[in-house]
Amino acid sequence: MPVVMDADRMGRTLTRIAHEIVERNRGLDELALVGIRSRGEHLALRLASRLQEITGRPVPTGALDITLYRDDLMRHAVGPQPLVRRTEIPFSIDDKVILLVDDVLYTGRTIRAALDALIDFGRPKAIQLIAFVDRGHRELPIKADYVGKNLPTSRRESVQVRLEEVDGHDEVLVEVEGQ
Amino acid sequence: MTKSSLKSKDSETALAPTSRPASRLRSKHLLGIEELSPEEIVLILDTAEAMREIAERPIKKVPTLRGRTVVNLFFEPSTRTRTSFEVAEKRLSADTLNVAIATSSVVKGETLVDTALNLEAMSPDMIVLRHAASGACHLLARVCRSRIINAGDGMHEHPTQALLDAFTIRQHKGRLAGLKVAIVGDLLHSRVLRSNVLLLTRLGADVWLCGPPTLIPTGIERLGVHVTPAVDEAVADADVIMLLRIQLERMEGGFFPSLREYFQVFGMTEERVRRARPDAIIMHPGPMNRGVEIASEVADGPYSVILEQVANGVAVRMAVLYLLAGGIDDEAAA
Repeated sequence: MPVVMDADRMGRTLTRIAHEIVERNRGLDELALVGIRSRGEHLALRLASRLQEITGRPVPTGALDITLYRDDLMRHAVGPQPLVRRTEIPFSIDDKVILLVDDVLYTGRTIRAALDALIDFGRPKAIQLIAFVDRGHRELPIKADYVGKNLPTSRRESVQVRLEEVDGHDEVLVEVEGQ
Repeated sequence: MTKSSLKSKDSETALAPTSRPASRLRSKHLLGIEELSPEEIVLILDTAEAMREIAERPIKKVPTLRGRTVVNLFFEPSTRTRTSFEVAEKRLSADTLNVAIATSSVVKGETLVDTALNLEAMSPDMIVLRHAASGACHLLARVCRSRIINAGDGMHEHPTQALLDAFTIRQHKGRLAGLKVAIVGDLLHSRVLRSNVLLLTRLGADVWLCGPPTLIPTGIERLGVHVTPAVDEAVADADVIMLLRIQLERMEGGFFPSLREYFQVFGMTEERVRRARPDAIIMHPGPMNRGVEIASEVADGPYSVILEQVANGVAVRMAVLYLLAGGIDDEAAA
């Protein structure tokens, strides 16, 4: 199973994204991070601590579970319901610039669901998308504002971002499905 | 879906967490606690945990059950349970249809099965049933295509009440296993009791039942509970005190001399609450008879979680509706 990013590379990529955020938004007054559960949440927390290191100010950070907004929930003929986990956004998103964080950007359907969910929490000034890996094959008109790594893949492949908080170590893998 | 198949996909297609084992409800209906395994109970409680947060949002609604129709078929009066189900259905964006006895053809002599089959011809996805006959939900589950959710059947079960009680206990105590739970009141006519005993013992709680001997069903200790006629023994060092309503409408049989005497012997007073653990919580499924099974000061006391139970009821019912609405292998589950 080919490793396309190791822990060191992933760390430097996150630092680079943090600098891009600061450069693009000139100050952090109205910024807030929202990570999509589960790995986006941990990436958001890592970005929050890097942003604090750069600017000396904390950035509010929340976690979003999009299960209840999925467009394929009631379409499966067979199979159990996906588990629903808590959404925790402990601040008002009104008039904030929300940095939405996900580990892998693929069809765009997760992001569509996340946008719908966020709108139910208020009216942000803007939403910017951070994708740690963009693997292509969009099915919806969605584009990331910050990309950790562009990774051309075929649909038969699967991309896994492994994080220490969830998996015990950091790496990005590509594998052919079914192997 | 197995854990390994989840891991083989990236986050766009497999959003279920890998930290918890994937799980599901085996049945397409919720007929009673009896049919649920401990793992299924925990799945419902964990899902309810996520649903609870929706009530704190500015827009208290998610699109999950859009386009689904749920019929609330209530053959017995109910305010709390029916409105709770209705709120849960609306928060999940389902279309709801309330059928009340007073306005239905039942008063013209239609049978339960005929009523249900006629409603089914309008192809609802789920039927929430409250009926005075024990086993009514099992009967409908056999003849209907819709998923059936038991909202109380006779003296048999009231599973969503037991689930919301367990949810409330877990929220306060962090667990159910090893807790001493005292349940005091009319043990004979209570479907809430039956569902609660099944659930609490299944999750490892130490359950003590107390009530007038005339209202204790024979053989109930076989469910793995302690039974005592002495309320002081039941509540001693209890973590949870749960009171059951004295069902005034069913008291024509002369089960005890008077309501005043019942209050003196079994009524939950502040003095009796002091015998429980200092951090004990007081629960009541409602509607309360103040001054019969519970003193007013206790109902309004700082340890009372009675109104939290009502709020949690919506979250637990959302969890049940969500888990049952999914794609279930109808052939295998039927």
